[in-house]
Amino acid sequence: MRLERRALLRAGSLLGLATITGGRARAQTPRRGGVLVVAADTEPRNLNPAMVASNGVFYVASKVIEPLAEMAYGEPGLTPRLALAFEGSKDGRSVTLRLRPNVRFHDGKPFSSADVAWSALELWKKHQNLGRVVFKDLEAVDTPDPLTAILRFATPTPLQLVRNALPALTAVVPRHLYEGTDPLANPHNQKLVGTGPFRFVEYRPGQYYRLERNPDYWDAPRPWLDGIVFRVLPDRGAIAAALESGEIRLAAFSAVPLADMQRLAKVPGIAVIDKGYEGITYQLTVEINHRRKELADLRVRRAIAHAIDPNFVVERIFLGYAKPSTGPVPRFDTRFYTAEVPTYTYDPKRAEALLDEAGLRRGADGVRFTVELLPAPWFEQTRQMGDYLRQALKAVGIEAKLVVKDPAGHQKAVYTDHAFDLAIGSPVYRNDPAISTTILYQGGLPPGVPFSNQYGWADSAMDDLIARAARELDPTARSELYRRFQRLAAEHLPLIPVVEFTFLTVASTSVRGVADNPRWATSHWADTWLEA
Amino acid sequence: MARGLIGSPEPVATSGAEANTPLPRHPALLLARRRLAQAPIVLLIVITGAFLLLEAAPGDAVDAYLAGLGGDAGLVAELRRRWGLDRSGPTRFLLYLAGLATGDLGWSVSFGRPVLAVIVERLPITLVLAGAATLLAFALGTGLGLLAGARPGGPLDRLLSATALLLNAVPTFWLGLLLVLVFAVRLRWLPSAGIETIGAGHTGLARLLDIARHLVLPTLTLGLVYAALYLRLLRAGMVEAWRSDYVRAARAKGIPRRRLVLRHVARNALLPVVTMLGLQSATLVGGSVVVESVFAVPGLGRLAAEAVTQRDVPLLLGIVIVSAVLVVLVNLVIDLLYARLDPRVELAARTP
Repeated sequence: MRLERRALLRAGSLLGLATITGGRARAQTPRRGGVLVVAADTEPRNLNPAMVASNGVFYVASKVIEPLAEMAYGEPGLTPRLALAFEGSKDGRSVTLRLRPNVRFHDGKPFSSADVAWSALELWKKHQNLGRVVFKDLEAVDTPDPLTAILRFATPTPLQLVRNALPALTAVVPRHLYEGTDPLANPHNQKLVGTGPFRFVEYRPGQYYRLERNPDYWDAPRPWLDGIVFRVLPDRGAIAAALESGEIRLAAFSAVPLADMQRLAKVPGIAVIDKGYEGITYQLTVEINHRRKELADLRVRRAIAHAIDPNFVVERIFLGYAKPSTGPVPRFDTRFYTAEVPTYTYDPKRAEALLDEAGLRRGADGVRFTVELLPAPWFEQTRQMGDYLRQALKAVGIEAKLVVKDPAGHQKAVYTDHAFDLAIGSPVYRNDPAISTTILYQGGLPPGVPFSNQYGWADSAMDDLIARAARELDPTARSELYRRFQRLAAEHLPLIPVVEFTFLTVASTSVRGVADNPRWATSHWADTWLEA
Repeated sequence: MARGLIGSPEPVATSGAEANTPLPRHPALLLARRRLAQAPIVLLIVITGAFLLLEAAPGDAVDAYLAGLGGDAGLVAELRRRWGLDRSGPTRFLLYLAGLATGDLGWSVSFGRPVLAVIVERLPITLVLAGAATLLAFALGTGLGLLAGARPGGPLDRLLSATALLLNAVPTFWLGLLLVLVFAVRLRWLPSAGIETIGAGHTGLARLLDIARHLVLPTLTLGLVYAALYLRLLRAGMVEAWRSDYVRAARAKGIPRRRLVLRHVARNALLPVVTMLGLQSATLVGGSVVVESVFAVPGLGRLAAEAVTQRDVPLLLGIVIVSAVLVVLVNLVIDLLYARLDPRVELAARTP
């Protein structure tokens, strides 16, 4: 057992060495031409990123429909796409966007502020899963000229928040194809029309999406590729085989099982790339139902935190491609992240002492109490974490019964019916705590809201802090409020963030210009090219 | 799980219910008529069963849609209203049946398209794959089974039986991936997945050949697994036939071995193989989730699995109906074939 573990760890670190650091490895002149064939494993029913902000949608759609700005490494963290500049008013009631000139949609019609206004008011605000929260107070969008759009908010809205929302929430679709239609039933939610580097050609359900180069792209001579084909490959083993046979050249989002990566990393001409996902860092969390009286006791939650060894999770479940979490904000977002929070080191003895203190002594069978544990089915790792947590809890006298459900079943059990004691979740952090994260801590949300605080936990100090940060216009003060948010979260442990992780891309070394921004897999790929 | 729903039709006992109506003369026609009369009842039972199973599964199409996406209470309510999920289960079922009566298979919420259109797109490839795999399995299985059963216990029999047992024992996805590794990754003779070359723009014969090339490995995978089954069945039947009195008698009469094997031993052993052929091809028209996933074939099996995951009730019911109809038709053909092979069946049909 011991030997085996050591061997595995060594294999993990070897894999780490084989990893290259993305597209910046060698500077070389990009070459025009070639169709890049990549793997896809989901086929979203609505592919319109202005309406559905999810990585599955962005993966394909971000090449066709562009946001106002994209994330970038280093300062200032953004590169302009459809917007060249933006400016907030002092009172936080408006944001003025200066738009890129000479941009055309793929149907030849010019892009203008009217398209931004329409997308913002009719799609982001009304239909988009993330936009409905961030843009809920968006009252109007003024369009004094075709290249200026002024977002007007009913209540003061931090410019920092709007800025952070630009990459994931602000895809612009042509107003002339949507106006006067039912947006949810619009055929262009599948046959995408945008301003992006690639035009949508065809979608064969169960087979592929095909995009071709947009010759009129505003960033000429980009894009370098003649086209992109997303091949739907539902079987992960088949993805690895297709990479090896050269039928596909890239698989993103860790589509190849981590265990297979060790083998693939040794195949000449194939590289494993661990960059390009920092902007969409996920966490593995233990979600807790506070309606269960044992778990409502803070000592018990802290005991559970002490019972978990994050390093084991990093090394064994993620083979090194993860980091222990300290709180709800991942380390990459240095604007908000703080390490100065209460921490709970792996200490089963301390866990047992806390449980004893809480009056939950081991029974004759060595069991203190029994819980139902529901690992989310989204990732291989959420399921494995379920197995690990069951063992870790058993060691301190908590018996966990694993209940595995499919996505719809899990969704209903945890976020609507609250029929769980513990669950393994995997929230994604989207560039600002107010976009993706505070919803996990905010009290008083109605049942049925997916990926929100359905834990039966509410704390007025926390709610107050979340509300203040959402209104705070000064970025420094706002960041400080979110650091307090992290401290409060770590202190009360309404849920336990265990590790943060990003994905891996496996690609042929002939694919260049990979992972050159923190949301690369879900961004435009205008800079990606193929070696001859 | 999807395959269980659609792939294993309940055998319906043949009764003499229609004995009083005037009977067509030919026993085959009689059989056909009886089978077709049962079809609507079978269908209704299957539809109701599938509906109840999906209703019993936790979560609905909106839960499935929002899993991995998120949203707020307003969005959840709006989607539920739009997709008609704010109505009660019985109401939705009755509405569905009413639509069905007018020939409307309903609307797939997960594809945002009519159910019929979604299924029609997937059906041909499933039929081609199922047909090719069945042919291969039957030809290979009976051919080798005949060789094995001709001299039970001989070296050839031992080799073939062991191979068949091995093929039967390995998981289908493993066999599929193994074939991919050999023929697509190492030798690069065949594509590893998909059903045609993307963007090649082939038409006519070139396109057919391209599709055929893509279907070699999935057909081989499915075909080998079922061939092993037929081989073992036929061989077992032949072993038994060798021990029977009529074979002993025929032997004693000095009938040449070749004729003995073909006319007396194999022909009788063929009956269970044909029965199995009916059952297996019925399963196959429902699609094979595993093979379709490994080889990325956009067939009915994968569609059914998606329909279950997405809680797309109308789509799943549509697939159930289409496969049930196909199953009834396939079984009808098998019954007719059976009647030809075994005179006793014909006799039984004549005297209800």
